[in-house]
Amino acid sequence: MTSARIFFIGGLMSYRALFGWMNPWIFVPSLLVSPVCQILLFAYIGRSAGVGDDEFYVIGNALNYAAIPCMFAMTFTIGGERFAQTLGLVLATPARRIPLFLGRSMPVIANGWFVAMFGVVVGSMLLDTDIPGSAWPLIALVVAVGSLASTGLGLVMGAINLVYRDGATLGNVLFLVLLIFTGTNVALDDLPGWMAAVGRWLPLTHAIEASRMLADGAAWGAVSGLVGTELLIGVGYLAVGLSAIRVFEWLSRTGATLDRI
Amino acid sequence: MRQQVVCFWLQLKILLFSPFEGFLAVVFPLMFATAALLVYQVNGDPAAMLYAGIGAAAMGIWTSQTVSATTLVQRERRAGTLELVVAAPTPFSLVLLPITFAMAAIGLYSVVATILWDWWLFDIALQVENWPLFVLSILMAAVTIALFGFLLSVSAVRYRTSWALGAALEYPGWLLCGFVVPLDLLPAVLRPVSWLLAPTWAVEGMRAAAAGESPWGDLAICAAVGLAYAALAAWLGVRLITSARRDATLALT
Repeated sequence: MTSARIFFIGGLMSYRALFGWMNPWIFVPSLLVSPVCQILLFAYIGRSAGVGDDEFYVIGNALNYAAIPCMFAMTFTIGGERFAQTLGLVLATPARRIPLFLGRSMPVIANGWFVAMFGVVVGSMLLDTDIPGSAWPLIALVVAVGSLASTGLGLVMGAINLVYRDGATLGNVLFLVLLIFTGTNVALDDLPGWMAAVGRWLPLTHAIEASRMLADGAAWGAVSGLVGTELLIGVGYLAVGLSAIRVFEWLSRTGATLDRI
Repeated sequence: MRQQVVCFWLQLKILLFSPFEGFLAVVFPLMFATAALLVYQVNGDPAAMLYAGIGAAAMGIWTSQTVSATTLVQRERRAGTLELVVAAPTPFSLVLLPITFAMAAIGLYSVVATILWDWWLFDIALQVENWPLFVLSILMAAVTIALFGFLLSVSAVRYRTSWALGAALEYPGWLLCGFVVPLDLLPAVLRPVSWLLAPTWAVEGMRAAAAGESPWGDLAICAAVGLAYAALAAWLGVRLITSARRDATLALT
């Protein structure tokens, strides 16, 4: 019961307290305007290059942008505690780490899902793409799985943030890695082999591919393998993140660097 | 003049040691240029690759200003030095201007890095007919984008979360200035916005110089628009700072 309370209530409180992007002056330009602009940028690059159609770039970039809230929010739930000088108190509590940190990830996944879906809907409207109505519920489900996988990577980042202070720079670098390697703007088949191979181990790659197939009219059976792989990758990153938090927490304690800003 | 040089040099050193404004200001546009060139590479058209390669080289100058310039005043505020800078006998505009030029210098570094990166990764050897005018066009882009950054920094003086505004300007600038997309492809309604952005003309100048045509017309318009930014920023700077001092809102606490 205590773990459930920590998971739900602790997660929600942490999100409200530490994720400053709830402020509309930040949320609107960062998480609503920017993803749409990224979609438009690459859709026009695609038109100029004569590569792909608008739908390809709408889905790729909308899902890619889910990585921003998912990764940064998880990082800031740890970095923010340090900045507020409360990280030591959080880690000194007897609360189990799994509900403590997974609870913090739930609102993050929901937010990432909303940002990606906003990008898909608005991008489709602006570029007049034709995604069948029947595909939308399944695309929404796949986007949720992609958001979970991105949040898993965010948890790894959050763990690294225990020992590396500049979470904003690290987050941006990882976002760029996802932009290039996950097939966001170039299909995996068109990427050099080694890049495609790296991409298959990253979050979002399979979710983007599955969403594109659904938008092209594929049935659930055709994409279920991709979605399952995405889910496995996400759970894998979550597990690595939780383990890394344990290790880096121990290193921070032994080095007395926990609250160093 | 001494104040300008000292301020420029000091700020350049600070920026070079900043992971976010030094390292990321180079890597971020470099990776977006890579993504754009990967798209162009699918069809493998050498002319299209060269077109995109020239524009992609200058993307970093725009990036060097957007987030950094909009957060310039906020950084001084956080450091507790804003009141000192505003109260100093040197006009506030003359303090901001060399800082945005230092940011543009990071952008120039990004240009060189991107040209080398494109050459190494995509085998794009820039074929430029007139190198002196090509370099002049790049310098004009840097100077006018620095003046745009000056305007941004002044405009955001009372915007507490100005970094979000700066981040949101990144992609529209790359698109509207025609760095990697021909302006003819954009909806007609957006073209006047492109014409109001000085980098649009600098990029046109770069392409004209590369093709062996005269860039002087484009560069003249670029200079005129850049001077308009400077005049507007200087005018706004005085009024916004006076207003902030009068209303005691400089600290935004």
